[in-house]
Amino acid sequence: MTGSQTVWLYAVSRDDADNAPPSARGVAGEDVRVLTEGSLTAVVGSVDARRFGPDVLAGHLENLDWLAETARAHDAVVAATAARGPVVPVRLATLFSNDEGVRELLRSRREDFQSALEAVTGRAEWGVKAYVDPDSLANSLSAGDMASSGSTAQSGAGSAYLLRRRAQMAARQSAQSAAGEWARQIHARLRPLCAASRLHPAQDPRLSGRHDWMILNAAYLVDQERTEPFHALVKQLSEWQAALDVELTGPWPPYSFAVPPGDHRHD
Amino acid sequence: MTLGQDPFGSGLGGGQIQSADGATSLGDILERVLDRGLVIAGDIRVNLLDIELLTIKLRLVIASLETAKEVGIDWWEHDPWLRADAGRSGGGERTLEENQRPALTAKQEPPEEEEGDDEDEDQEDEDQEDDEYEYEEVDEAEQPEPPEPQRARRGKRS
Repeated sequence: MTGSQTVWLYAVSRDDADNAPPSARGVAGEDVRVLTEGSLTAVVGSVDARRFGPDVLAGHLENLDWLAETARAHDAVVAATAARGPVVPVRLATLFSNDEGVRELLRSRREDFQSALEAVTGRAEWGVKAYVDPDSLANSLSAGDMASSGSTAQSGAGSAYLLRRRAQMAARQSAQSAAGEWARQIHARLRPLCAASRLHPAQDPRLSGRHDWMILNAAYLVDQERTEPFHALVKQLSEWQAALDVELTGPWPPYSFAVPPGDHRHD
Repeated sequence: MTLGQDPFGSGLGGGQIQSADGATSLGDILERVLDRGLVIAGDIRVNLLDIELLTIKLRLVIASLETAKEVGIDWWEHDPWLRADAGRSGGGERTLEENQRPALTAKQEPPEEEEGDDEDEDQEDEDQEDDEYEYEEVDEAEQPEPPEPQRARRGKRS
């Protein structure tokens, strides 16, 4: 390790028989290496400190193409590691000045890693996002309500407008509460099939790239043998309501479940 | 994610399921590698990689990559969140419309009363601290009619 290199950490896994490095290339196009310490293995890559130093990184993060490429590369290594066994994915841009820093991490937090690995063994993360088409939902909800607002015709134009506005607001609110109820029910149905679940904030419409409301953005940690029933249920739920669209992604490395029990630190 | 990958090598589950366009959404990947995954303080501190800041940027970045490029808009150049001189309070400038999406929030508050991004951070904290049910527990017996897709089916939207 020369002074101009820094160590990028991708994931931590168990030191099993097959501890050859995953074949995926790293964020700098580098060959990925494994560092074994005790019962644990860290998947790392040596990257140019000048390109991946803290100051430079901050600038890179403003570069959309750089961020996209780096995120995909990081995920590819994590996924390749997950393909071989239980893995704890590490957040993007976790850097050490040398291998010894990583080894020290494996030593000092061995138990955390072991319990985290235990929690995800034989399981994979599946993402479930539910969308509601607001127009379609409003139509199905307002079929009854609209009849009652017909009597406003004889009122003055101003109050008719206000009444109409109020009706629109009410329709929007009832659509939102109906959608929220759907989300709760979807989650309530899926949860029993999973070892763990996380509800993430709904993605911004610009992030999801969809006009539809995202009403659920959840991650489920599913046992291998429950994969099929889980998928079947997601499919069922996607056909439950006309205005509802349920999207399944995965299997993912357990990104959403990488917090060791008893360790909820954010930094 | 790599296409066709199966973390168990067993073929169970029918392999990789992709979003409708056939590729794993960059948004999903960024959300995971930036906002999830184990947070470890490496001995090189990337101080400017502030997670809260990134969470905010993330939304804009993804939108700009996947949506804006296609639509040909360049709103991010005008968005206060992306301008270096803007403080976090700049979020108030976002239109109400954008914040009116319903969200399954931990607190069950009407989404329009939240400032979208701050809400997300609050919830993220709770997500991290609660393995199970993030929103209020509802007694199973009181669950208002669990969905019964087979009977309730009204039509398919694919």
